[in-house]
Amino acid sequence: MGLEQKAGDLGIVTTSLETVVNWSRSNAMWPLLFGLACCAIEMMGSQSANYDLSRFGMEINRASPRQADLMIVAGRVSRKMAPVVRRLYDQMSDPKWVIAMGDCAACGGVFNNYAIVQGVDEVVPVDVYVAGCPPRPEALIDGIVQLHAKVQRMKLDGSIRQPVRV
Amino acid sequence: MTIEVKQLVRDLSIPSPGDITRPALAGERETMVLNMGPHHPSTHGVLRLVVELDGETVVNVAPDIGYLHTGIEKSMESKTYQKALVMTDRTDYLAPLSNNLSYVLAVEQLLGCTVPERATTVRVLLVELQRISSHLVWLGTHALDLAAMSVFLYGFREREQILDIFELVSGARMMTSYFRVGGLAYDVPPEFPAAVQALLAIMPERIDEYEALLTHNPIWLERTRGIGAIDTASAIALGVTGPALRATGFAWDLRRDMPYCGYETYEFAVPIARNGDIYDRYLVRVAEMRESVKICAQALDRLIALGPGPYVTSDRKIAPPPKSEITHSMESLIHHFKLWTEGFKPPRGDTLAAIESPRGELATYIVSDGSPKPYRVHFRAPSFVNLQALPHMARGHLVADLVALIASMDPVLGEVDR
Repeated sequence: MGLEQKAGDLGIVTTSLETVVNWSRSNAMWPLLFGLACCAIEMMGSQSANYDLSRFGMEINRASPRQADLMIVAGRVSRKMAPVVRRLYDQMSDPKWVIAMGDCAACGGVFNNYAIVQGVDEVVPVDVYVAGCPPRPEALIDGIVQLHAKVQRMKLDGSIRQPVRV
Repeated sequence: MTIEVKQLVRDLSIPSPGDITRPALAGERETMVLNMGPHHPSTHGVLRLVVELDGETVVNVAPDIGYLHTGIEKSMESKTYQKALVMTDRTDYLAPLSNNLSYVLAVEQLLGCTVPERATTVRVLLVELQRISSHLVWLGTHALDLAAMSVFLYGFREREQILDIFELVSGARMMTSYFRVGGLAYDVPPEFPAAVQALLAIMPERIDEYEALLTHNPIWLERTRGIGAIDTASAIALGVTGPALRATGFAWDLRRDMPYCGYETYEFAVPIARNGDIYDRYLVRVAEMRESVKICAQALDRLIALGPGPYVTSDRKIAPPPKSEITHSMESLIHHFKLWTEGFKPPRGDTLAAIESPRGELATYIVSDGSPKPYRVHFRAPSFVNLQALPHMARGHLVADLVALIASMDPVLGEVDR
């Protein structure tokens, strides 16, 4: 709707490589098909018709970590499960992101005891924390939108630009 | 009888993962060991199965549980009776209200406390809605496992409507903690009857829709009929309860046979089937949804007929006084303060309260030492007990049928591991 219409079919659009890479990464992010506890049910809810995660290009959950970019840790991580979570994270190919969904994944939630890892960030690096017990689907979607915004700010060397505050 | 049962139990022994980690010889042929889970799309959570295969045929299955062990029972020992309620929501997270009900019934038995009619009616109504919503998740994921994608989307549409009702009464979609010892947390809002009526009006035809997609679907029949069958005697010996037991043709439902919350005054049928296979479990659960709709309609009529009234016991030692009373009554203020700083002290003793949860018999066992905190809490979790029937059902079937079999037992790993 600009120069190309006025000057005819140029076949060229100028942009930066960074923008194109980030645009493609954030618009086809495939989450790992991975649920742990209660939050996984709300995650299923956000994929179903009422909330429809496919609006964000995220309806394809990959069961194999090799094909996934995003791990949504949905639920409490027990001490027995923690090595499995780390292994799955290691198997995912770079670049990869993690959303800690719910209070248990973020900090242990109501379970401050011997069995539960007090936050999945003890095991894997977390990009976005979503609060709630369990978070509503809207909250998860907001977390995903936040993550997309973070991916948009990535530099090609992997570092992240600070968000512009107005 | 007892000798027969003992022999049966020996035949039905459950292998441990260590038993089959090394390939063994099944008859003349060499077998293979396959690991399934804890991260597997069809294990409904974090169940791990060690499967011994002869070609594609399952020779043996050993479930390995504990990947979601949360220490819920132990944590409840360090909380007062009111605060421990919050933990019960998070065991069987597809039916939090059923867990609430079992727990509050147990504490009420300990205290010898009576519950107003209005609270009991709302409890029955909400627990039956919970049963429908839990069965919808089961139906959706079960069909999804057998590659019927659309049932999931249909089922979750109605589930959202039920969750909206829960949100209306409690403010939370899933972890409501709405049933309190002595009654309810708050009264139901004025919009509640209309919201339930709107759901009950559409529900029968929506269930017809699910049935139209599956009941006579040749692929569905092929994948489910005659697979994973279990007979009544084995099911009882393995402690299987709920829809899986009723699918074998044995009509045992605690709502009818050991009634609680006045279930004996409601009219409903206990659906059964004959063969005890995956298809029959499907038929039983779908029929149960229809019965739950009937119970809900009766409970709603009663609630409307009852009119406004108390929703929680008037015993101030158990339930806090309303906020309006605290501002002008010193006694109410003291009650409120004592209740939230110290809690109530049930007499010494133990009690068991069993209910029919969507998955089977759910019982809460509480030992009280006379202090405001429970000495021991234990859940007789139906998912945990039902899961031990899995090896018996899976032997001799294909590994692809194992996926359908797990889904048909509807285990919730939060409840299995607790």
